[in-house]
Amino acid sequence: MVDQPEQPAWQGVVDNPWRRLRQFTAARIGLGRSGVSLPTNEMLAFQLAHAQARDAVHTPLDFAALTQQLEQLSEQQPLLSNEPPLHVHSQAVDRMTYLQRPDLGRRLDEASRVLLQQEQQQPERPFDLAIVVADGLSATAIAHNALPFIDALTQQLANDAEPWSLAPITLVEQGRVAVGDDVGELLNARIALVLIGERPGLSSPDSLGLYLTFAPQRGLHDARRNCISNIRPEGLNYAQAAERAAYLLRESRRLKISGVALKDRSGALENTSDSDGPQTIDNNNDNNTPTEGTPNTFLL
Amino acid sequence: MTKPYRYTLGSQTYEFRNLAELMARATPARSGDRLAGVMARSAEERAVAQMTLAEVPLKTFLSEALIPYEKDEITRLIMDDHDAQAFAPIAHLTVGDFRNWLLSDHASPALLQQVRAGITPEMAAAVSKIMRNQDLILVAQKCHVTSAFRNTIGLPKRLSTRLQPNHPTDDMNGIAASILDGLLYGSGDAVIGINPATDNVPQATRLLKLMDEVIQRYDIPTQSCVLTHVTNTLECIEHGAPVDLVFQSIGGTEDTNSSFGFNLATLAEAEAAAQSLGRGTVGNNVMYFETGQGSSLSANAHHGLDQQTCEARAYAVARKFNPLLVNTVVGFIGPEYLFDGKEIIRAGLEDHFCAKLLGLPMGCDVCYTNHAEADQNDMDNLLTLLGAAGCSFVMGIPGSDDIMLNYQTTSFHDALYARRVLGLGAAPEFEAWLERMHIMSNAPAACLSDALPPAFAESLQGLPANSDGSEHDEQEAQHG
Repeated sequence: MVDQPEQPAWQGVVDNPWRRLRQFTAARIGLGRSGVSLPTNEMLAFQLAHAQARDAVHTPLDFAALTQQLEQLSEQQPLLSNEPPLHVHSQAVDRMTYLQRPDLGRRLDEASRVLLQQEQQQPERPFDLAIVVADGLSATAIAHNALPFIDALTQQLANDAEPWSLAPITLVEQGRVAVGDDVGELLNARIALVLIGERPGLSSPDSLGLYLTFAPQRGLHDARRNCISNIRPEGLNYAQAAERAAYLLRESRRLKISGVALKDRSGALENTSDSDGPQTIDNNNDNNTPTEGTPNTFLL
Repeated sequence: MTKPYRYTLGSQTYEFRNLAELMARATPARSGDRLAGVMARSAEERAVAQMTLAEVPLKTFLSEALIPYEKDEITRLIMDDHDAQAFAPIAHLTVGDFRNWLLSDHASPALLQQVRAGITPEMAAAVSKIMRNQDLILVAQKCHVTSAFRNTIGLPKRLSTRLQPNHPTDDMNGIAASILDGLLYGSGDAVIGINPATDNVPQATRLLKLMDEVIQRYDIPTQSCVLTHVTNTLECIEHGAPVDLVFQSIGGTEDTNSSFGFNLATLAEAEAAAQSLGRGTVGNNVMYFETGQGSSLSANAHHGLDQQTCEARAYAVARKFNPLLVNTVVGFIGPEYLFDGKEIIRAGLEDHFCAKLLGLPMGCDVCYTNHAEADQNDMDNLLTLLGAAGCSFVMGIPGSDDIMLNYQTTSFHDALYARRVLGLGAAPEFEAWLERMHIMSNAPAACLSDALPPAFAESLQGLPANSDGSEHDEQEAQHG
């Protein structure tokens, strides 16, 4: 090249003054740059987070500990069945099989089917709700969040005018979402509610997902399910998640539907910033008085 | 249904029961086809299948439907919309000849555009199976596809970005923070598109209003989208929400789309509803589709086809509705469909090639999940290859980390890397805006300004001064 532009002097990494907006989000904003590239410390921090997420995928769930905790909870929450949780297994025999064969993770193995068939002794009287807890792709999500969410949900449902009958909680090892169809059908439950560890993100290795299916039976499409995602203290907290789940459960039972046909109009979310930082921003802009329905953020 | 295909190699005769099986056996190896049980059983069988497929006349795809016409509305769409006149210049070719024709100097961008409507998804899929990665890049680069709403996507030597400011609870300030970060890194000309934490009409409406206000306040030549179910967006439109683009995930079989809860009529209704709002300024392409290999198998709706052929059939759905953007979310679905970086890279190039050949404004979510055998280096490779191939757009997200969807995609930094190393600009209208707002000092060279742009400095003034985000930094460390 003949044309040689002037060499800019090396000024070090360019910091981003808007990094302080991290009070509003866990997103990796304001990372700064060298040229247009990531600074070394941020690049290495990312590599570490990815390494840890990779490790987390393969962590097994401690089912014995969870069973014990749920038994303790059922003593405090009369709505929960006083029968001990049922521990079952999908057809995916181990983690590597689970990762490569989702079809096997969606079905109970034969011993588990027999166990659940024995459990439902009064087939003429269906349960209203079967709560199904599956390890999914993050045992950490279940270990951290399943118990407090179930606690919050049963509090929500406990005082409904039309009482809820709950099947014993089912714990599924190496389970995917649709395994709840098998469980719900075998337990003769009107609604299956699957709590499952979502695939871990770099900043959220413990995100719990929730899937609701009315009239569960093997082979249903995903369009028949309603989903609530990202349940964890830094995401959708237990009280909010339980409120929305209770809304969907009541509507599902009332309308006898779930999935695309069942719209979530709970509208319960107003301000759910995941930090305890300031929620109201005074941007000193007279032209920007929020009008009806205008979102209130620092950008506007 | 159809005749078997045979190929004799030395003393051994290979037989493929029908065209669908031949296509599947000819597909480069990937875990989803193994899962479906349709993959070649040996490397030699795959190579033989490719040689057999190369001898199949393109015309065969017009008479041998891979999924019966009576059973699938996508097959009907493909057959009924086929343009025989556009097909004429290539009607005499086999799949193998077609590869040669596409790579030839004869096949100019203008000629490729002319034959577009004569190419079916299955023809595109078939030829892609006998093309190397460099072939997929070279031909895609010759397929020019532009679309427009408030700016122009897909012009040569341009690479646009979808700004993806997702937040795990749809917090307005959290989303706004990521939007600001993206804009200040020059991202967002394809769309500012939010995946809401859940499908919820009131929440979608709030998010639409937020983005509409931001776009108006800063006069940004771009468009917004909430990636919620098409029926939710239709409700939003009925309630008067400011909808620019209608989103829907689509698949290549009718049963896949049923599992997603829509059909072709739903999309036609949605396109008409969004166009009636007349919100575009330089064009009126109002649809945003996402696709990805494996979705049909995932819904058990693949009819025994390989996943790449199913994917290509989804492009017939997309091109029926004149999209502004189509995005293959290539590594999102997980290792049971695309096992590692090598398979993800191959699939990304295939999807981009097939879509461009069929005339779609194709972008790519260059991405992977934490349970796949892939990392940032694989994404660097795919991004660079797609940039060379003329990919319409990629994602842009803070630090590659989607804290809502829990996967890694390309960052704002990554897009600037690609623009610089390949000499690519943003959409021209957006590029002018970046300089006008003093976000970039030299937008064609992807040079960011060192100083905080005045219009945004004003917005930041009202913020508490000494909140430096240390709380979240600590949380990150604890999660470790």
